[in-house]
Amino acid sequence: MSDEQTFLDALSARGTRRGAEPTWIAARRQAGAARFEALGFPTRRDEAFKYTDVRTIARGDFTLAQDAQDLAPLSPATAAALTLPLEALRLTFVDGIFAPELSDLAALPAGVSVEPLSEALADNHEAVGGALGRLAGVDFSPFTALNTAFAEEGAVIRLAPGSVVETPILVQFLSRANATPLMSHPRVLIEAGARSQATVIEHQVGEEEAANFSNLVSEVMLERGAILTHYKLQEASLKDLHVSSLHIDQGRDSRFTSFNLNLGGSLVRNDIVADLNAQGAETNYYGLFFAQGRQHVDNHTLVNHNAPHTFSNENYKGILGDRAHGVFNGKVVVRRDSQKIEAHQSNANLLLSDRAEIDTKPELEIYADDVKCSHGATTGQLDEEAIFALRARGIGEETARGLLTLAFAGEVMEQVVLDAVAERVERTVAGKLPERFNLAGLVEVAAALDEE
Amino acid sequence: MLEVKDLHVTVEGKEILKGLSLTIQPGEVHAIMGPNGAGKSTLSAVIAGKDGYEVTSGTITFEGKDVLEMDIEERACAGLLLGFQYPVEIPGVKNIYLLKAALNAQRAARGEDEMPAPDFMKLVREKIKFMKMDSSFLQRAVNEGFSGGEKKRNEILQMLLLQPKLAMLDEIDSGLDIDAMKVVADGVNSLRDANRAILMVTHYQRLLDHIVPDVVHVLVDGRIVKTGGKELALELESRGYEWVLEESAA
Amino acid sequence: MASEEMEQLVRREYTQGFVTDIESDTMPPGLDENTIAFISKKKGEPEWMLEWRLKAYHQWLKMTSPSWAHLDYPPIDYQAISYYSAPKKDEDRPQSLDEVDPKLLETYEKLGIPLHERAALAGVAVDAVFDSVSVTTTFKDKLAEAGVIFCSISEAIRDYPELIKQYLGSVVPAADNYFAALNSAVFTDGSFVFVPEGVTCPMELSTYFRINAANTGQFERTLIICEKQAQVSYLEGCTAPQRDENQLHAAVVELVALEDAYIKYSTVQNWYPGDEDGKGGIYNFVTKRGDCRGDRSRISWTQVETGSAITWKYPSCVLRGRDSIGEFYSVAVTNGRQQADTGTKMIHIGEGTRSSIISKGISAGRSNQSYRGLVKIGPRAKGARNFTQCDSLLIGDQCGAHTFPYQEIGNSSATVEHEATTSKIGEDQLFYCQSRGISEEDAVSMIVNGFCKDVFQELPMEFAVEAEALLNVTLEGAVG
Repeated sequence: MSDEQTFLDALSARGTRRGAEPTWIAARRQAGAARFEALGFPTRRDEAFKYTDVRTIARGDFTLAQDAQDLAPLSPATAAALTLPLEALRLTFVDGIFAPELSDLAALPAGVSVEPLSEALADNHEAVGGALGRLAGVDFSPFTALNTAFAEEGAVIRLAPGSVVETPILVQFLSRANATPLMSHPRVLIEAGARSQATVIEHQVGEEEAANFSNLVSEVMLERGAILTHYKLQEASLKDLHVSSLHIDQGRDSRFTSFNLNLGGSLVRNDIVADLNAQGAETNYYGLFFAQGRQHVDNHTLVNHNAPHTFSNENYKGILGDRAHGVFNGKVVVRRDSQKIEAHQSNANLLLSDRAEIDTKPELEIYADDVKCSHGATTGQLDEEAIFALRARGIGEETARGLLTLAFAGEVMEQVVLDAVAERVERTVAGKLPERFNLAGLVEVAAALDEE
Repeated sequence: MLEVKDLHVTVEGKEILKGLSLTIQPGEVHAIMGPNGAGKSTLSAVIAGKDGYEVTSGTITFEGKDVLEMDIEERACAGLLLGFQYPVEIPGVKNIYLLKAALNAQRAARGEDEMPAPDFMKLVREKIKFMKMDSSFLQRAVNEGFSGGEKKRNEILQMLLLQPKLAMLDEIDSGLDIDAMKVVADGVNSLRDANRAILMVTHYQRLLDHIVPDVVHVLVDGRIVKTGGKELALELESRGYEWVLEESAA
Repeated sequence: MASEEMEQLVRREYTQGFVTDIESDTMPPGLDENTIAFISKKKGEPEWMLEWRLKAYHQWLKMTSPSWAHLDYPPIDYQAISYYSAPKKDEDRPQSLDEVDPKLLETYEKLGIPLHERAALAGVAVDAVFDSVSVTTTFKDKLAEAGVIFCSISEAIRDYPELIKQYLGSVVPAADNYFAALNSAVFTDGSFVFVPEGVTCPMELSTYFRINAANTGQFERTLIICEKQAQVSYLEGCTAPQRDENQLHAAVVELVALEDAYIKYSTVQNWYPGDEDGKGGIYNFVTKRGDCRGDRSRISWTQVETGSAITWKYPSCVLRGRDSIGEFYSVAVTNGRQQADTGTKMIHIGEGTRSSIISKGISAGRSNQSYRGLVKIGPRAKGARNFTQCDSLLIGDQCGAHTFPYQEIGNSSATVEHEATTSKIGEDQLFYCQSRGISEEDAVSMIVNGFCKDVFQELPMEFAVEAEALLNVTLEGAVG
């Protein structure tokens, strides 16, 4: 049986158990399945997967939580510990299944709707039908096709024109340790009306022994003047497999900021694609990936400047220890006649071990002439001058290197506005650095100082 | 306390220090003066252990231990602390990290436990107030975007916290206006006690109006050519360095 | 001569040369084992060489044409190409400059090429105007004295079989890629250089000297070997548009540098780019690779690419020796409907290896240009360093400039820096120049030349001057 067939079988098995659906959903499922079957899982011969081997996913045998026989319970205490300490509108999914008891949407301000995809489909499926798949077509990758075939749960966030949501909207994806590995294909839809503003966090986290496969697809539509900050905080267990794609469609004068923070997972592949479709649209990508052991983290970003007077800026940092493998591929495309473009991109990496590897490719594809585009990629060492300065204060060399490694991540983390996220990441990075660095205590003190 | 004997140092093949000797006792404040290029900054850099300086002969001992055999951080933990002429900017490393990490390291070297966080915070707050600095400095990256004066205050702040046995101040007065100079001088003066020594390297007499030295050395062409009391500094200020050279040549 | 006759003559140059002249040693189009045997026999090659070619051919048959480059061209019919043509007989050539396409001559004039050289470049039987034999003799004597071997690859196969057996295909294996395999099977000419231990080649070597001796074929093969502490500077190609009747040009260049050796390889390429609408022009698929085999060896590629309809070319360095150095300096200019996908690969294997890449791309008209590069740092390449600067300049809003730099880094002590910018030619700079009375076209050429300065200064003096001139010719009509 082919690798693909396992997944197609799971899909048809699910189909027999799932209740009746509107025909358009069934049609899309079918299209997704057909496309997935035709494409098959990508191999390293595909340019987009040149450095990432997805066979551990393809050859896996995953069960949908909906169909699983003996699900291990996830205790409320565990769930609480995994949750970000943050005042937020909260929507929680455990292995792809909506968990109302772990969700809190009580303080939903006027003009904002946040609901699980299953409910949105039940209430007004036509509205969902307009958004679902508009940006993430089945052709984007075999994984989006697969997600389209399976999609039945996720989050639908709608912001009415002019609505400004101060409280962050947190969409949590919890992954549990289960005897049979589970899979989930959640779909997140965000529709931000004109001049609306919000912050959305997609938080992937799970039990330490979890070894599941999640395949997330998010679609974000920003209308004129909308401002959206999107966090993806991926702290999955070191056995979790995680694929995601985030698609953004930007209207005139809209502003999108993405923080793509990856700390966990054994095999991680993220795609981010922004289409700047009207004048004045601006997009900012910030990314941090920190991998150790045999973790593999691949970030592919793409900005399409489809209209004149659009701006993009990107800064990704990678820290790789042990035998970890990092991949960064950042692409900027400027379409013909998209004049007056500014696009800047930078990727810096730090290798902490000789067995770690980074493959980076910052690409520019430019078909208009009135542009200011630049990219830079560096892989190198810590500043020896700075190490001396720290050692001259009595700080041991290893700690000095640890501090500077943390500082390396800091350049991206400084942009993070949400303290809860920044601290979580800093502590994790400090805590995950080789023990000899022993920095966790320092971060605690700084955090304590911050709170005063 | 510190004994430098017949020190010869080359940088990139060029001999900078040519047989320098110097002895500092606890409680003393020494000033090394001299024209540009005499080797003033080389001396403090070699004592601190900076790369790129080759000691071809001579010895440096601190409290009986061979300094040249010690790692950079060992020297700092032993109580030899260098205040930089040009403090390095370290983007992303918060001042508070630097202070706490350094203090922990030095305490650990002395066999002491880490200072509990509340005590540490209290201590830092006290010192930062003394240096007339804003507490927001603690969350900013080390020296990044600091003015010249702020950087120098930051150097002294570290000294106050770490309490070295021998504080070496390399041109600590450069780039300071008069108000900042007073704050820095107050900081340094507060360090003076019977068990601590201070070694200042400076180009100008004006610093010595604020931090009055016990001993003044004149460093010319890699050697100390004259040693005297604080009045020597005044004489250098009014007469320049030429006469010292002539006198030592005679 | 009436212009119609002239046109006819020119057309015969392009279309009729091969097919009608049955008498001469010209193969009809087509490629099979017989073609290869024929080439090998014509070249008087030993049996082992024929076997080498056939092996390459069989590997080629199993391969497919690469599709990853940012290039768009119709599939090539390899059976429609003639793979062997003897040097033209003197009576077939234009007998004087009067018989040559005036447009071509105009170009030569703009480049400032001396009259007798123009004749040689245009393929005029040169004996009447230019005594190449004496020139050839003088430089051959001088080289022999130094112990340097410089001859055609065919001669080398006959005269220095041991060197050929040892080195041919040792840098670019026959099956390295589709075009290299094809070249290995059917190459007809090229240069061979051998500089023995400790010798610095007393003069800059150039294919120019041989242009007359053999009509450069479309499948050239060049092999340059520098033994320990030897040095050579090699200039390739002509600084003028060479008329090439064939559409496909697939060359292979191999460089081998042993301990402390230094090879500098400069190219100025200006093959026919096709007309304004993209008709005709050379497809230039070239594999160039240098092997820094010895410690502290150094290989430096400098290229100025202004011609060809399609360019597919990545002069690379394999940095095997400890502390060896690889360099790549490139200016590529595309105009009209030209497409270029060019760059380099720096493969760091040895400890302390260093490489630098400076690439300047200028796109005008409706052309598309890509920089494609790979910097690979192997796990044993401790302390390896690379610096890459890659700038693109766009002139006009119908062209494209693309950058695809791959970095694969597997050593924590490596330092790799890549910087790239893409921008249009500065309007304020143009305005400034024009406000000083300089014409727009001259201003563009000044600014573009300034943009390329870092690369031009790597070229040998006389090459640099011609490269600048060539740039101006290529960009003609790009503005306004």
